[in-house]
Amino acid sequence: MSATIVNLPDQSTARIPKVNFLTKENGLLSWLLTGDHKRIAILYLISITFFFFIGGALAGLIRLELLTPQTDLMATDTYNKVFTMHGVIMIFLFLVPSVPATLGNFFIPMMIGAKDLALPRINLLSWYLYVVGGILVIYTMVAGGVDTGWTFTTPLSTHYINTNVMSTGMAVFIAGFSSIFTGLNFIVTLHKMRCPGMTWFRLPLFCWAHYAASILMVLGTPVLAIAIVLLALERTVGIGVFDPTKGGDPLLFQHLFWFYSHPAVYIMILPGMGVISETISTFSRKRVFGYTAVAFSSVAIAVFGFFVWAHHMFIMGISNYAVLVFSLLTMMVAVPSAIKIFNWTFTLYKGSITFETPMLYSFGFMGLFTIGGMTGVFLGASGTDIHLTETYFIVAHFHFVMVGGMLMAFLAGIHFWWPKMTGRMYPEKISQMAAVITFVGFNLTFFPQFILGTLGMPRRYASYPPEFQVLNVFSTAGATILGVGYLLPVLYLTWSLKYGAIAGNNPWQATGLEWQTQSPPLTENFLVTPIMDHEAYDYEWLEAQQAKEVASVR
Amino acid sequence: MSDNPVASSTGTHSALAETGGPHHEKHPSYQRHHFETVGQQADATNFAMWLFLLTEVMFFGGLFTAYLIYRNWYYPAFVAASHQLDVRWGTLNTLVLILSSFTMAMGVWCSETRRKSGLVLCLILTFTLGMCFLGIKSIEYHEKWEKHHIPGPHYSLQSFLDPASDESAAQYGDKPLPLDMARHTEIYFFLYFAMTGMHALHMVIGIAILGYMIFRARAGAYTTGHVTFVENFGLYWHFVDIIWIYLFALLYLISRHQ
Repeated sequence: MSATIVNLPDQSTARIPKVNFLTKENGLLSWLLTGDHKRIAILYLISITFFFFIGGALAGLIRLELLTPQTDLMATDTYNKVFTMHGVIMIFLFLVPSVPATLGNFFIPMMIGAKDLALPRINLLSWYLYVVGGILVIYTMVAGGVDTGWTFTTPLSTHYINTNVMSTGMAVFIAGFSSIFTGLNFIVTLHKMRCPGMTWFRLPLFCWAHYAASILMVLGTPVLAIAIVLLALERTVGIGVFDPTKGGDPLLFQHLFWFYSHPAVYIMILPGMGVISETISTFSRKRVFGYTAVAFSSVAIAVFGFFVWAHHMFIMGISNYAVLVFSLLTMMVAVPSAIKIFNWTFTLYKGSITFETPMLYSFGFMGLFTIGGMTGVFLGASGTDIHLTETYFIVAHFHFVMVGGMLMAFLAGIHFWWPKMTGRMYPEKISQMAAVITFVGFNLTFFPQFILGTLGMPRRYASYPPEFQVLNVFSTAGATILGVGYLLPVLYLTWSLKYGAIAGNNPWQATGLEWQTQSPPLTENFLVTPIMDHEAYDYEWLEAQQAKEVASVR
Repeated sequence: MSDNPVASSTGTHSALAETGGPHHEKHPSYQRHHFETVGQQADATNFAMWLFLLTEVMFFGGLFTAYLIYRNWYYPAFVAASHQLDVRWGTLNTLVLILSSFTMAMGVWCSETRRKSGLVLCLILTFTLGMCFLGIKSIEYHEKWEKHHIPGPHYSLQSFLDPASDESAAQYGDKPLPLDMARHTEIYFFLYFAMTGMHALHMVIGIAILGYMIFRARAGAYTTGHVTFVENFGLYWHFVDIIWIYLFALLYLISRHQ
């Protein structure tokens, strides 16, 4: 494993550039009123990390409670609140903004050779909306929590529960607008801000993935907003749209809710897929195999993703014909996802692969996402779904996709672009170890849950029959390892801010435009607007470029 | 071009950043730093506005879906309930809104052709017509209040169980509905209030922005060639107008002849 592509400048002479986006202005206000996409990305990174650890702590409580079959750590209604808050925080405050609002925000303008996103003030507004949503969620927790599950299922949430449904609903509503503005900003930026020569098919695949995710954000999130408005009206004034005693239909809420919330899982995973395209190419020194297919598979996922929502409702009394159609459509989403996985694998084939941390996380992503995706096909088949739904099989399935997939991709991206964001390298050995620990811990936590699910252990209960205990103990043990795996990066990344090796412009020798400028970048990203005169992932262009530089120095 | 500008920023950065820097040509003051040209800026903000309107379409789409589903399920109730709306007020309001769209479009034209007093006049007219609309709407809401047609504990089924006792129902020659169906008129009225209320909320936001714009237009802000704000607000105003036209058709007109 001595092979490496890392190319750092001479550490005795290298310095972090004195002028960069971090040092340009000082003081709290210069951050809170900034229009710079890079600073907003950093603000987002800090806030989503904060909420990730709250959500993670709640997950720890869930696993602790499930260590034993009895309800001994907390009362059952407390348990309901804990898993609800875990879901709300992890989905709306971590997964949805995770990659787009941090890495996307930071790198989309740089990748396309722009000075900023098209609408910097809207970008800042989106962060403030996120913060307001986050504060409302914290208020909800302090005020006693909410126990509807993150799905706000009616009529439970409207008629039978007396917890803080309204404040949570408002939090989700507001955080939703933050996500709409992020998506809107990306679409406008990718259409209107590309530098000369940057055609659509020269865009890094990261941008394509974000474009597809942005379409989902812009078209899906408003439907969630109206669903929540109706829910709030039903709860406060009893308007009856979701109330069967008045002729309404609770299923309508499910339709409106899942019309957003199923595409939302693609909002979460697509940007992660964008990260993987970048890392796989960089660390195998090859152009992504089938660039066009990977680019269009992102768009295909976004399009198909809108027509599968009813597979969340197979057991809720929708018609058999609807089940048939949605079952078929659900399986069709697997096709573009598989195109991506196969094309990444072909990229690896005969590539010069090295095993830096981002690559280890990417391998983790490919393996775990494949399992998560395949089990999704099981669940898309209505017969199996009726057996497995509402069991731990579902829990394991979406954690494989969301945690095994998205979180791995997020960490891959953070490690990959850390040198660009901060100008310093993270420590390689310990971070490789963290990646392996995360992978092991993850599998130990969630694989037993597939088995528990097939054995019939239902989700969302604080207690379970004693015969399930062995597997639950495995799962809880895995969760502690996973916890260590997530804590380590926080520690060593913070350490590296001061003590990490100076990274130089392009430590990975990657081809993206973001790597052809100083790290950390200038506020305006580029001194001169770049001109894109080569295809994406053109390593020969990079080599020629470096040769030219060496010649000019001599 | 032997030197690729992409790579030109490599080397001694701090020195370059201090001496070099981006080219400062003569840009109008309203051009934001990250755009290359004013055209690009106008293009981008316009496109963003259209996308925002798309999200609004999806937002109202949820309500329209609910309306269409329940209309199909409880058809007689929806017909009877819609007879309670006064088409005359609705038509008047539609005319008021279309007229306000016209004055708004004239405002955009005034802004483009740099006619300051014309712009201020158009904005004030749009503002007034918007207020007019809300006034008429509140008269209609008040009628519903008096007839106990506001969904909730005081909701009255009188007009639907015994249409002869009700002026508007009698006018259409409505037959009495069975109790079970009559109860579903409440859903119609809920949707009526939710949809027109959500529309009115958009009107209120629009009117507030109009107030701000009148203030700014008098200071000459929009007649210097930078028309993007007026133009984009115009798009928003026309969009709210179009939503109303659909509401008018779906809530007032669709069940007039039975």
